[in-house]
Amino acid sequence: MANDHIDITVEPGEVHALLGENGAGKSTLMNQLYGLLQPDEGQIVVNDEPVVFRSPRDAIAAGIGMVHQHFMLVPVFTVAENIALGHEEIRGGPLGWLDRRRSRRDVIETSERYGLPVDPDALVEDLPVGAQQRVEIVKALTRDVDLLILDEPTAVLTPQETDELLAVMRSLTAMGKSIVFITHKLKEVKAIADRITVVRRGKIVGTASPDTSEDELAALMVGRAVSLEVAKTPAEPGRSVLKLSGLVVDDDRGIRAVDGVDLEVRAGEVLGIAGVQGNGQTELVEAVMGLREVRAGSVELDNESLANLNTKQILRAGVGYVPEDRSHDGVVKEFSVAENLILDMYDRAPYGNAFAMNHGSIGSNARERVEQFDIRCQSPDTAVGTLSGGNQQKVVVAREMSRPLRLLIASQPTRGVDVGSIEFIHGRIVHERDQGTAVMVVSSELDEVVGLADRIAVMYRGRVLAIVSPDTPREELGLLMAGITGNAPEEGTK
Amino acid sequence: MSTATVQETAEVTAPEPFWTRQRRLGVGLVVIGILAAALFGSLAPGEAARFTLSEDAEGAALSINGQLGAVLFGIVTIATGGLLFASFAKKYQNLLLSLGILAFVLSFLCWQVAGKFLPLVDTTSGTLQLALPLILGALAGVLGERSGVVNVAIEGQFLMGAFAGALVGTMATSVWAGLISAAVGGVIIAAILAVLSIRYLVDQTVVGIVLNLFALGVTGFLYERLMQSDASTYNEPPRLPEWRIPGLADIPVIGPVLFDTNLLVWVALGLVVLIHFGLTRTRWGLRTRAVGEHPTAADTVGIRVRGLRYLNVLMGGVVAGLGGAYFTLVATGSFTKNMTAGAGFIALAALIFGRFTPFGALGAALFFGFAQKLATYLSAVGSPVPSQFLNMLPYLATIIAVAGLVGRVRAPAADGVPYIKS
Amino acid sequence: MTTEAPVKKDAEQKDEESFLSVFTRNLWSSNTVTVTFLSIVLAFVIGAVLIVVSDSEVLAKFAYFTARPADALTASWTLISTAYSDLLKGAFGDPEAFNAWFSGTGTWQDALAPISETLTYAAPLVFTGLSVALAFRGGLFNIGAQGQAVIGTITAGVAGFAFGLPIVLNLVVAILAGAIGGALWGFIPGILKARTGAHEVITTIMLNYTAALFLSWLVLQKGVQDPNRTDAISKAVAESAKLPSFGGVLRVHLGILLAVAVTAGVAWLLNRSSFGFELRAVGANQHAAKTAGISVAKTYAVLMAVAGALAGLGGATQVLGTAYALTPAVAGNIGFDGLLVALLGRNKPWGTLWAALLFGALRAGGNRMQSYSGISLELVTVLQALIVIFIAAPALVKAIFRLRATRLVRPGASLAKG
Repeated sequence: MANDHIDITVEPGEVHALLGENGAGKSTLMNQLYGLLQPDEGQIVVNDEPVVFRSPRDAIAAGIGMVHQHFMLVPVFTVAENIALGHEEIRGGPLGWLDRRRSRRDVIETSERYGLPVDPDALVEDLPVGAQQRVEIVKALTRDVDLLILDEPTAVLTPQETDELLAVMRSLTAMGKSIVFITHKLKEVKAIADRITVVRRGKIVGTASPDTSEDELAALMVGRAVSLEVAKTPAEPGRSVLKLSGLVVDDDRGIRAVDGVDLEVRAGEVLGIAGVQGNGQTELVEAVMGLREVRAGSVELDNESLANLNTKQILRAGVGYVPEDRSHDGVVKEFSVAENLILDMYDRAPYGNAFAMNHGSIGSNARERVEQFDIRCQSPDTAVGTLSGGNQQKVVVAREMSRPLRLLIASQPTRGVDVGSIEFIHGRIVHERDQGTAVMVVSSELDEVVGLADRIAVMYRGRVLAIVSPDTPREELGLLMAGITGNAPEEGTK
Repeated sequence: MSTATVQETAEVTAPEPFWTRQRRLGVGLVVIGILAAALFGSLAPGEAARFTLSEDAEGAALSINGQLGAVLFGIVTIATGGLLFASFAKKYQNLLLSLGILAFVLSFLCWQVAGKFLPLVDTTSGTLQLALPLILGALAGVLGERSGVVNVAIEGQFLMGAFAGALVGTMATSVWAGLISAAVGGVIIAAILAVLSIRYLVDQTVVGIVLNLFALGVTGFLYERLMQSDASTYNEPPRLPEWRIPGLADIPVIGPVLFDTNLLVWVALGLVVLIHFGLTRTRWGLRTRAVGEHPTAADTVGIRVRGLRYLNVLMGGVVAGLGGAYFTLVATGSFTKNMTAGAGFIALAALIFGRFTPFGALGAALFFGFAQKLATYLSAVGSPVPSQFLNMLPYLATIIAVAGLVGRVRAPAADGVPYIKS
Repeated sequence: MTTEAPVKKDAEQKDEESFLSVFTRNLWSSNTVTVTFLSIVLAFVIGAVLIVVSDSEVLAKFAYFTARPADALTASWTLISTAYSDLLKGAFGDPEAFNAWFSGTGTWQDALAPISETLTYAAPLVFTGLSVALAFRGGLFNIGAQGQAVIGTITAGVAGFAFGLPIVLNLVVAILAGAIGGALWGFIPGILKARTGAHEVITTIMLNYTAALFLSWLVLQKGVQDPNRTDAISKAVAESAKLPSFGGVLRVHLGILLAVAVTAGVAWLLNRSSFGFELRAVGANQHAAKTAGISVAKTYAVLMAVAGALAGLGGATQVLGTAYALTPAVAGNIGFDGLLVALLGRNKPWGTLWAALLFGALRAGGNRMQSYSGISLELVTVLQALIVIFIAAPALVKAIFRLRATRLVRPGASLAKG
């Protein structure tokens, strides 16, 4: 069950923030409101009338629009086609001959009225994320919505784009539209919301006004007072372990994603990589791991080039890797916990060799790790897919941190993970550092980077803009993430 | 999401590699051109190759010395390859490619026909007739796959259509009843495909393959139980009449092929145009493509994803069933066991080779039909080129196409993915 | 297909559960065995309907059904029961033949001949079934088992008549040739998938027909074609290259033992070997496999070669065990049947073996049904396809029989993504 007896009310012209951790049930709730999912019980009342939404069609008819976290745009369609889809202008005929001119005009009109510039003829797949989001908003607005649901709209935006979006939200409410703003970011909530509802594990745990302090909101959100600080001693950096010079990497579409990065990670330190998602962090890490081609520059591990090694050889060279997308890249859900714990060690003693596997030692390894990393599962033979997100992540962490490492790369190590597991994983990362491993942590959560890192590299448009100390004020870090350099104090090698 | 790029200006495309698709194609054309000029040229006898406008050796003809023609067209192929390689006229590269391949085929023909004759009308109409079921089958595929349902059961729909057309056509002694029943036969297989893959979420390829065997079994079983013992009651359907449009039918070559023929030809060609404009210009088409590319997006704007998929797969069943009617009501006039003999898979090949578009499918079907017609012609004139190898052409061409050796074939993004609300 | 079975869920008697109620509840819960069994039952019911509607004499009795329903029903029952009992006799043995054997009036060979036939038909299907099943587990849908088997028949057959090697060695070489031929034909779609991402479903379908056309050309060529024949048939394989059999009516040959051994080998490969781990990881989540350092491309290429080798062995068994010479149709439908066998065996090695035995039995029984009851052998194809349709759509079977669900059904979990 994702949601348990939730009541919320949205008034006209207000921004109602739905605040909660990842996986708290916010999106499920809104998908029910939008008719994509049917609630098991309870009812929806629009303008004082109870309604039942059997599909999004009903919700649209009732004046509800939604911008989904993952955009609902057809990549090979133009902007105008995407916006028209579902309520097309037609000139008649049995199949409905499209009136493209009118569709196009509608797009331009709406886009001008609300100050949301979009090019009706551009193909959506060619547009950057910010522009795609504008298309989504225009798409909802052309349907004359009274209530707009924005599901984690700022996750993919730079601070500047976020500010622009907040401005758009303000002008929409000024025109009398209501907005439900789903997020887990406290600052944005405080900046825009008229009312705040905090959701935790599918239940409403409180309502708050925008005056409530961030600490209080955070405590409501996670259920107890949390310290975002990670307990750790000052780092004692040793030799340089990982060295990137002039690294250039392209993304899947052949567009330059990493554009000349120089970085160094030393033994016994945590280098944090901060930045809005999509500024080349993913490609950088994948290039180091041999999962993506290095177009130019070099990657050296203890002065030996990794350039011509494949992923297996890099892992065997003493590199641990926690990928950012756990379900996609981290675990094989159909495999047992035991199998996942040796996913990258299966053909190595004592678990197996080039021909056969040794199930005995795989089993005993699993029992040991389950104990050591507090992985909550029925038995090591249960499929990983049945575990909670936090425990799945612990399986990945346990796998990657149970062998002697020279370098550990952890991407978004606590994404979609419950608070208890976050603390545990952070503790293990610091522990690994203290053993003399060079650690690189990539996270789009600024708090996580600041808490864990000894030095922070801020990435923007494929480049490292600056390497700063974690004591740097948040505002400066925010500006850096938005690509604005200036008086940022630089330290380290750059 | 590794594909996301935040900044508009960050989209710096990597420098184009030297070996572009165009260059690789150019080299390919040059190689086969040299092969044609040298090999076909040296093997061809220096006698006239006559392409007659009439049915027989007499009468008006296009004629060329076989050896000369083989060498000449080979050189044309080399030239088009060279132009492609030199990155000349990028806009027209597909045209150049088609020209090059055409010249290669002509060079081959000059070699084969030298000292003999090739009746153009017969060849063209044979090509069209052989292509007819392929066009209809591929169109059925277009309807299903553009909405996201993979249809490898075209073969089964053909068989069912052919069988039902023969059975009902005979029992009702009406070719029109046969034609309608053929469509119904195709719809039966399509309906099972739709229910199993859309409602019961069974892997679409699995269903398709199993349905082919099912159709093979059912039609074979009923054929042996009913038709074999009593053909006159069950298996002598009337044939589709040929209609001649006065005036137009007198145009050389094209006239007799297009305007003195059966209804199915016009239906097939009409459907190509109809489905093309339907897909690109109408609400139905926009929604169909949306459902095939990104069903969740379509759902969120209120489109009934499953409903539209059902509709399209069933319409595909009608079209494929008509394709099946070709075998019994046009080509042979009776049903035999497994008479489609893999034509459904050539239709599938035409669909893919034609890049999931109606006109592409038409072109591919005509090309494959021509290869088949040529195979029969060559074995009839005792050519050393084995007909089996010409018959392999559609399959090999499709492998080359899907392997991206000649441009990549891009299937609809959600093709084969059942839509599950989550 | 609305066969409503008069099955009711056992009433709400949760207080005192007898052994019987637990037993029936388990029986009617939708576990794999139950679904498989019910799928077979459903297929036979539909087969019975087909038998009746295609018999004009019985149909005629249905014309006056309202007047004398007994006539039509009796005739239908007689028709169906004779057909299906012939099917069973042909598959597992005729009680009369066993009586004759025990009383000394008949031979043991005659009594055991049906089982021999079942095993003979099953042998090649085990190999092609394993080929499809193994590829499935690696996330590949090998529709090309047919083409790989065809190439296997070619290489095995040619090796069988061309080399003239001494006994034992000749057989071993011919069998290996079959495996290698199939492996090469499987490797093509594998390497294309690995290098260019070309979908194996499309490439293998196309290669099936390419292989068939190549075979039909080859058997007519000088050096291959039987010099004493004008039709499309090759020279016969040497005696020393034939799979040993009992001879006479007992056609069963060494191939079935080989099949069992290979099943054990594939089971080991899949569950105990490092390559099996790789292919299962790639099949379940290729991205995670890649991230863990497993080469997806290499796995695809090797996997398809191994799958091809298995199908090639199927072809070799066919030509060295039963056909003894190449003809255009020598491989029959063993590749496509192997596909059904793998689906029925749920892509597990031993499951595939059992499924192949069932299909072999249907085929052997179908032959007897055809010659004794005059019911076309094609009915067997229909039954096979129907069984697999129901197996693939357990939700459908459950809906028909109103089974309770034992667990959440993950769509496509038992079938690899196509």
